Amino acid sequence: MNFTLEIWRQDYPGDEGRYERIEATEIDAEASFLEMLDQVNERLIARGGRAVAFDSDCREGICGACSLTIDGLPHGPQQVTTCQTYMRDFEDGQTIRVEPFRNNSFPVLRDLVTDRSALDRIIEAGGFISTTTGPQPDPNSMPVNPETQQKAMDAAICIGCGACVAACPNGAAMLFTGAKVTHLNLLPQGQAERGERTRSMVRQMDEEGFGGCTNFGECSRACPQEISIDVIGMLNREYRRAVRDEKKARAKMIAQ
Amino acid sequence: MLVTDSKRARRTGLRELWDSSIGKKIAVAVSGAILVAYVVLHMLGNLNSLYGPGGGDARVDDYSHWLRDFGEPLLPHAFVLWAIRVLLLAALVIHVTAIVQLRARNRAARGGHQARRIGRTFSSATTMVTGTLLLAFVVFHIMQFTTLTIDVTPLEEGAVYANLYHAFQEWYFVLLYVAAVGALGFHLRHGVWSAFQTLGLDRPERNQQLRRGAGALAVIVVLGFILVPICFWTGVLDAPAEASAQASAVVVNR
Repeated sequence: MNFTLEIWRQDYPGDEGRYERIEATEIDAEASFLEMLDQVNERLIARGGRAVAFDSDCREGICGACSLTIDGLPHGPQQVTTCQTYMRDFEDGQTIRVEPFRNNSFPVLRDLVTDRSALDRIIEAGGFISTTTGPQPDPNSMPVNPETQQKAMDAAICIGCGACVAACPNGAAMLFTGAKVTHLNLLPQGQAERGERTRSMVRQMDEEGFGGCTNFGECSRACPQEISIDVIGMLNREYRRAVRDEKKARAKMIAQ
Repeated sequence: MLVTDSKRARRTGLRELWDSSIGKKIAVAVSGAILVAYVVLHMLGNLNSLYGPGGGDARVDDYSHWLRDFGEPLLPHAFVLWAIRVLLLAALVIHVTAIVQLRARNRAARGGHQARRIGRTFSSATTMVTGTLLLAFVVFHIMQFTTLTIDVTPLEEGAVYANLYHAFQEWYFVLLYVAAVGALGFHLRHGVWSAFQTLGLDRPERNQQLRRGAGALAVIVVLGFILVPICFWTGVLDAPAEASAQASAVVVNR
């Protein structure tokens, strides 16, 4: 298969950046989008050009490192990660526009590589639980019912790729933050920092310069893990509670 | 962009809410809820005009006087009316201010790159447009029927039915009001459902009903509002008593 790529080229952070047309010829239909880029790069290097920089790691859809926006869709047309997007999903001879995840809080480092450490800092602000070291606790001392477990795991499945941020017309990171808050705040292990976690993570999210949710629901449609927008409702609920009465939340923590 | 801990510590309660994106959205949701409640009451009040001219004593005129006399003699004249007006103005100012600030924030976050549409609804994509149109319409509406400044058609204080009748004999006013109410419908369709999400009152198991409820409320409000101008324009509602008396007088003189 042959494609014409319109690829975002940017030499360094803060550089102007431009789209460059690159021909990708004789590509196997079974190649993943990243493998196609690998081939393009090999040919570029052979010609003495600079390879297109892009992020990738596990190449099996679980790490969340790959971050391309393909024809305006974060990760590509299939609602899976870019590494799981195959060239058979495109038309032969098609022009494909490839750009980095777009958000002011994700500065482009080079070409298609963005710095997504803003999401890491949100995790640092509250995406953890405090626990004591020492003897292993009795498993039965912390019962979790199957429904709670299922809900928590549905949120915990987030791989932190940032596609929700790239898809959001408001540049909000609320699906990401909501997934983390939902995951930890539902489980008994997360109760100790429940209110403080929510406030800290929201504060960090705001300080990073992310926008706010207006309930378009497009984050959920771009999420390769299909995390529901319900986690944003949960985040809003948790935040309102946490700010309204911290004291009450603390009393609840002790009870649990 | 990191803020020091000492600076953080000072932000508590309402201040923390207003400074955070979620808290500001809560302000939008609560002020929006106040405005929606008023819109529903206003729609119901308007339906009084469907009782017709009532032989010089139209029911909608009585309703208008009742609103001003409400609470008398316990409260001063038109006290409740003014209390509601102040509340509405405060809600509107908060609603618009918060939205303008959030909007600026959202635009900055995107960094000048438009996001491709992947399935947002028409009503959600147009809330800013419908909101701006509604704001302009509210100003016009108050200048027409409250302050009686825009007197293209004869307007007289206290004669609500006659004012409505004369205004809605003109096709352009009918069109304007129907269009404004249509914008309101789309605004409510997305806004009401979103307010539930912002306040965290949504639950996966009841979201379907919430969405439908917001749609139903939008339809009811739209129908309730457009019924009045449509009825006046199509002639379902008769001319006010004085006007008809004059008209019959003209006939007699002939």
